[in-house]
Order: sequence, then structure tokens, then C-alpha cells
Amino acid sequence: MASAVLSVANLCKRYGDTVAVDGLSFAVRQNEIVGLLGPNGAGKTTTINMILGVLAPDAGTVKIEDIDLAKRRSQALDRTNFVAVYSPLPGNLTVAENLRFFGLIYCVPHLRERIEVLLDQFDLARFRNVKCGVLSSGEQTRVSLAKAMLNRPRLLLLDEPTASLDPSVARDIRATIRESTLEGHSGVLWTSHNMHEVEEVCDRVLFLSHGKILLEGDPRKLPAEHGKENLDDLFIAVAREPLSLGAG
Amino acid sequence: MKPKRAAAIVLRQFYLLRGSPARILPMFAWVAIDVVLWGFITKYLNTVASAGFNFVPAMLGAVLLWDFLVRVMQGVTTAFFEDVWSRNFLNIFATPLSIVEYVGGLVASSVATSLVGLSVMLALATLVFGLSFFVYGLMLVPFFLVLFLFGIALGIFGCAVVLRLGPAAEWLIWPLPAILSPLACVFYPLSALPGWLQFPARLLPPSYVFEAMRGTVSGGAVSGASLTAAIGLALFYILIAGWFFTRIFRYVVQSGLIARYSAESLS
Repeated sequence: MASAVLSVANLCKRYGDTVAVDGLSFAVRQNEIVGLLGPNGAGKTTTINMILGVLAPDAGTVKIEDIDLAKRRSQALDRTNFVAVYSPLPGNLTVAENLRFFGLIYCVPHLRERIEVLLDQFDLARFRNVKCGVLSSGEQTRVSLAKAMLNRPRLLLLDEPTASLDPSVARDIRATIRESTLEGHSGVLWTSHNMHEVEEVCDRVLFLSHGKILLEGDPRKLPAEHGKENLDDLFIAVAREPLSLGAG
Repeated sequence: MKPKRAAAIVLRQFYLLRGSPARILPMFAWVAIDVVLWGFITKYLNTVASAGFNFVPAMLGAVLLWDFLVRVMQGVTTAFFEDVWSRNFLNIFATPLSIVEYVGGLVASSVATSLVGLSVMLALATLVFGLSFFVYGLMLVPFFLVLFLFGIALGIFGCAVVLRLGPAAEWLIWPLPAILSPLACVFYPLSALPGWLQFPARLLPPSYVFEAMRGTVSGGAVSGASLTAAIGLALFYILIAGWFFTRIFRYVVQSGLIARYSAESLS
């Protein structure tokens, strides 16, 4: 079995009386894309924020390639990158400026060449000197994806990366991510509300409900195992009737 | 500590300045207005006051030195505000960038931008109003050093306050130098303050600079020990400000404020 690029153990986060994440444990292995699914408020973004080091857990550990995030933050985050629809890159910098800025922060070797490769890969060459703020939301997502690939991360966190893309571009982006995951020995944690996308891309899914993992398995087999026709139905069941699926 | 990461913050400031006259103008415009205003005031005072005392080095020099401190502080806070205004905290703090590298980058940005302001101030004051900095002699080195260090400390403190209280708190930070200026004794000697205000004034490093500056202009002795104490005090404030920023950062990471940093979520 491939080694884990992400190991999360007994992760907990509480906001006052509200338990956002409740003893979460899972792993993401090399060359694996894991879908983190669940209704709004299930704890997906809280979990991703804790893995990104921008939210401290109340208990539990996050290890990226066996590096404890709490103890060696810089080294752990050096191996990570992310895209989130709610966190676009600064709109007052051009595409090339943003990539150079973040490339320096990640100390990317041969940065100039790396930027050229990514501009081509994400079809951004013509926007090189355009400020990110004037790009369409789909183009901004592609810039964010290029930024996320700058340091060839061992762990890539994608929070609804294709939410603002048209189906054609979304399909290309999924293929690109899939390809680089398989080639680069990295692992991906992917959240999405598009169950067709999840079926197409993810090797394994984790269904979260009230901060706990309710279901886990192959997205193509899981619905049938729980008497549902497809992943959409299973998602709705998790959101509306978690007790019928084993929560509690 | 990887200098390349701190350099990224400086490069970002350069990119922003390069493409924005609205950012370049304030670097020297307000300074130039201050120098012109106080230049004419001091010239006028020279004509109405008793002969023998030159107000230009005493008052215009004080304005210039104080403006330098303000520029340094605002250099740090403005670089930080760029991340506030562009809602960039999640992108920035989910990277390997450490607090020391980030704050180091803010300080380095401030050095670059405040040097631009200082150059304009010196040129105007010298060419238009005949202020020669040779009047202060070598004392100018500790003067600028103390004001630079204290400006950095104030800037880091201001960033920490905004990080904790949210974007709207920037309006608490802009007037910070004006609030401190009466105690910094920019235009009058420490002895002009009532006794109970002299103690807090002595806790501010700039008050030693302006006392020494007036001493130099009037030909009196300047205490090297007091300027050394001011340098030590300013370094102490940088340490305190750095500790404060780190504490605030840990708090916002613990509470989740940094992950949802916006005026709406924090007000």
C-alpha cells in the first residue's frame, strides 16, 4: 500500500458549544484522490482549514508526510498547497506577478521556467499581464490552480475547485489534476457538491456528518451498498437522515 | 528563516507600487506638504522672534524627523493592509511563510518606501528652506536609528491590533503617531510638560531624540547615554511588538478568525 501523504488523527474542533469536528481520523495516500463530502456545516472546511494550519485543532494531530503540522509548520506546509473558491488570489496583481510572489514564498526552484509551464498547462499565457481581479471566475480558478501546482505539492487540498467553471473547462481541469496526481506521487483531498464529478475523479470518499465520518468507500460502489441509486441520493440521505446511515 | 520568502513580500509591494500612482503619491506628497507648511512657518517665526535663534533647524528639523518616524510606521502597516484589503490572509498564512519572515518582509518594504519619503523631505528642506543636516552632525545617525526602530515597533503593534480586531480597526492605527506626538516632545522640551506627563514621555524613545536635537541646535551638550538608552528602549519595544503580534497570530489561528477574516465576521 502506498504511504500516506496526509494522516489526520482524532482531530477535534469546537466553537463554544458547537462541535464542528469530532474525533476525525483518516489518511490520504500517494496517487490517491479522496473526496471529503457532506452537507453545509458538516465540518469539511473546518477540517481543511486545520490541515492548512490556519485553524488550530483543540485536539488531535495533522501530519503531512509524517511531519507534524503543529511542531514543524513551515516544513509541513512546504509540501502542501490548496485552491478554495472563497479565497481568490489578490486581484490587484497580474497572473504572472501572483505566480512569482507565491513561487518565491514556496521557494520554487527554476521559478521562471515553472511559471511558463503552468501558464501553458492552464491556458493562461494570454492573461500573463492581466490583473487577476478582472478575470472571469473560471479564469481566476485556473490561476489559483496554477498557484497550487507551483511547488508540486505532495498534498493538494481542493475546496470545490470547479464550482465556477463551465463543464468543458471543468472536465479539462479534472483531467489535469488526475494526471498530475498519478504522475507526481501526490495525494489530493477534494471537496465538491457535484457528485458526478466526485464519481469521476475520486478513488475514495468520506461522508462527513456533524464533524464525524459517517460513511467511507468507493464512490462508484457506496450508493448500492446503502440501498441508494446514485451518489446524489446518498448525499441527500446523509444530509437529511444521517441516523438511518449509522450516525449517532 | 528563508530570506527569499521575506523578499516575496517586498516584491509584492514593488508590483503594487509600480502599477499604482495612488500608492506612490502618498509616499512623498504629505511629507512634502508638511515640509512646505513648516518651512514657511519657521521662516516667518525667524522674522518676528528675537534675533539669534534659528527656527529652521529646531522646528523644520523636528517636523522632518517626526515625519520620518510616521513614514516608517506606515510603511509597515500599509504593506500589511495590502493583505487585509485584498483578503489575502488565507493564501498567505496557509503557506510555509513564518511570522518572522512575514514581519521581516513588512519591515524591509517599509525601509524601501520610507527612504523615498526621506529623500524627498531632505531635498525640499535643503533646497527650498536652507535646512542643512550638517547642523546635527553625527548625532543624525542615532536620531534616525531611534526613530526608525520605534517606527517599526509601532508598525508591528498596529498590524497586530488590526489582525485581532478586523479591517475596520485600521482607522485606530492611522492616527497613532498623532496620539503619541504630544508626549514625544516634538516641538517643546520635556520640561514644558506637567510633572505627571513627564514620566510617560520618558518612556517614548523619540522624546530623547527631540531633546537631543534641540540641545544640538542650541549648542548645548548632548548626552550620549540618553541616546543609547533611547536605542535600547526602541529595541525593547520591537521585541514587545513582535511578541504581541505572535500572541495575536496564535489567538486568531486558535479561534478561527484568520480563516474567515473580514469586516463582517469580526465587527
